[in-house]
Amino acid sequence: MQKTKQRLLSGNKAVAEAIRLELERDPNVFVMGEDVGAYGGIFGSTEGLFQKFGPERIMDTPISETAFIGAAVGAAADGMRPIVELMFVDFFGVCMDQIYNHMAKIPYMSGGRIKLPMVLMTGVGGGYNDAAQHSQTLYATFAHLPGMKVVAPSTPYDLKGLMISAIRDDNPVVFMFHKTLQGLGWMDQLDASVGHVPEEAYTVPIGKAKVVREGTDITIVGIQMTVHHALEAAKKLEQQGIQAEVIDLRSLVPLDRETILQSIKKTHRLLVVDEDYLSYGMTSEIAAIAAEDGLYDLDAPVKRLAVPDVPIPYSRPLEQFVLPNADKIFHEAIKLVNE
Amino acid sequence: MTISREHLIWMYETMYKIRYYEDKMAEAYAEGKNPVFNIGAGPVPGEMHLATGQEPAAVGICIHLTKEDTVSSPHRPHHHAIAKGVDLNRMTAEIFGKATGLGKGKGGHMHLFDPNVKFSCGGIVGAGIPHALGAALAAKKKGTDSVAVAFIGEGAANQGAFHESLNMAALWNLPLIVVIENNQYGISVPKSSSTSVSSNAIRAAAYGIQGYYVEENDPIEMYKVSKEVVEKARKNGEPAIIEIETYRYLGHFQGDPEVYRDKNEVTLLREKDPIVRMRSILLTEHGIEDMQLAELEQRAKQEVDAAYQFARESEYPEPEDALKDLFV
Repeated sequence: MQKTKQRLLSGNKAVAEAIRLELERDPNVFVMGEDVGAYGGIFGSTEGLFQKFGPERIMDTPISETAFIGAAVGAAADGMRPIVELMFVDFFGVCMDQIYNHMAKIPYMSGGRIKLPMVLMTGVGGGYNDAAQHSQTLYATFAHLPGMKVVAPSTPYDLKGLMISAIRDDNPVVFMFHKTLQGLGWMDQLDASVGHVPEEAYTVPIGKAKVVREGTDITIVGIQMTVHHALEAAKKLEQQGIQAEVIDLRSLVPLDRETILQSIKKTHRLLVVDEDYLSYGMTSEIAAIAAEDGLYDLDAPVKRLAVPDVPIPYSRPLEQFVLPNADKIFHEAIKLVNE
Repeated sequence: MTISREHLIWMYETMYKIRYYEDKMAEAYAEGKNPVFNIGAGPVPGEMHLATGQEPAAVGICIHLTKEDTVSSPHRPHHHAIAKGVDLNRMTAEIFGKATGLGKGKGGHMHLFDPNVKFSCGGIVGAGIPHALGAALAAKKKGTDSVAVAFIGEGAANQGAFHESLNMAALWNLPLIVVIENNQYGISVPKSSSTSVSSNAIRAAAYGIQGYYVEENDPIEMYKVSKEVVEKARKNGEPAIIEIETYRYLGHFQGDPEVYRDKNEVTLLREKDPIVRMRSILLTEHGIEDMQLAELEQRAKQEVDAAYQFARESEYPEPEDALKDLFV
């Protein structure tokens, strides 16, 4: 048997490769954002693209998020396919009007006559002591507001495939990459930030979750970092004789309810883990789905693990206390299985 | 600069049409709201911002635009929409919330979108400027000579979007023209209490671009200034600011108690009405017959009447259509 050649790429290179392939395929695609040019994106999402495509298609902007995100809306309405980078998702405060009042609503308010094929790419997540204004994920903030698809891939393979899907989608897509999963040299070196990525263009469907580990005793639902924490916890749980099933949501909008409900039919226990704030968040949404459509499949109440409704603190012990990790998931899972 | 008869007549007819449209809208809006005013009652519910008196800004520049040029407009959009050639039937149906409307009843009077003539508007002050910037960017990328015009009120010139967009337009040589309709009030607050400079035209210096100020709601002067500005934008990608002194005869919205201004103010403004002035110029300086004007006035009325009839006779959308068009 011939061994399949594995080509390993970091998260950021997977994203940049997806954008490169689409820039080559479609002359209407272009990139705008702060430091996306010669720098290659603060988190490397456009690494090498400026050198290949030049300033006409990889456009460094002034620090003017309202203008350049709004300009992407105007250009998309006019048939272009812009990708704009909001450097940190935390910066949404200076430009959210363009995102939720215009990008998300114009297609609907126009009765579907205006299409906005654009990607809003943004860095999310903490765990590296960047404090309250540079560490949020804000998944639920975006997923709550109708009119935007929201994806948050957790592996290099999915980063590439979902970016290509996002660029080709005729709807506005918020593409969240986790900073720590970009595989950057100046952050924690995580195994999860490097993975097999085929060289050719391929798509991963938006709105489809993935069972990344099969199990029979408990379902653990996560997204981005919490998927990797859940997988680590699942290994320890296995040593205790507990088989955890782990679901990577990958997309928040549309949300793949079916995969979650199918899994709890099998495991009868549900733990939802999120790096976003606890209240009114993704964990609440999934708990509500389980309560509405899967209650009789559950043998125990749903358990949620997320940031306990405080801003992300700076100091290491404080930050580590509020963020979910494999140990916390392990302990919650043990409690839940024994209920 | 001489202006052709054809252009003069188009401007007059379009201003007349806008005025008649807005007068008729004021009546339709009032239906079902007497004796007790309830914003959600009647065939045209919700907020209503009419542009009566502000016609010169719209016609003076739109005459220089084609279907391929983009216009973004704010919450007071009817005059721009009409001057840009938006489908009048579907626009009116949209305002009446009908299924035949531009947005199938999902947008309403502040959210009119007609991609056929590249027109859009929105209810957030200043937010349309970046959209026009994007259209100007798209024009440059596609290598066309199209331009983009963002109409805003003088209040919007104090929004961050104004500064961010003009800086980028100047930086990247994009054909963005920002037309500021100075109707003197941001809802109730006079310009002198909101704006550090008497003319927003001088703010152009901050971006190294040209700024123009048109006085006294003058459609002819607006025509002349706009002609030069649009030509420069088309040829050289030069952005510009045009501020026009204009008059808001009505409240900020219909139902505005207007406690912030002297009632006599509007009476005096109406004495300088631009449509009346334009009519007299056409008669006295261009030898256009009264009969000819009466004819085109009649034509404009008929077109508007037909649009209102179309809107009233159209069906409402099915309630569950609210769930459609979120994603394409």
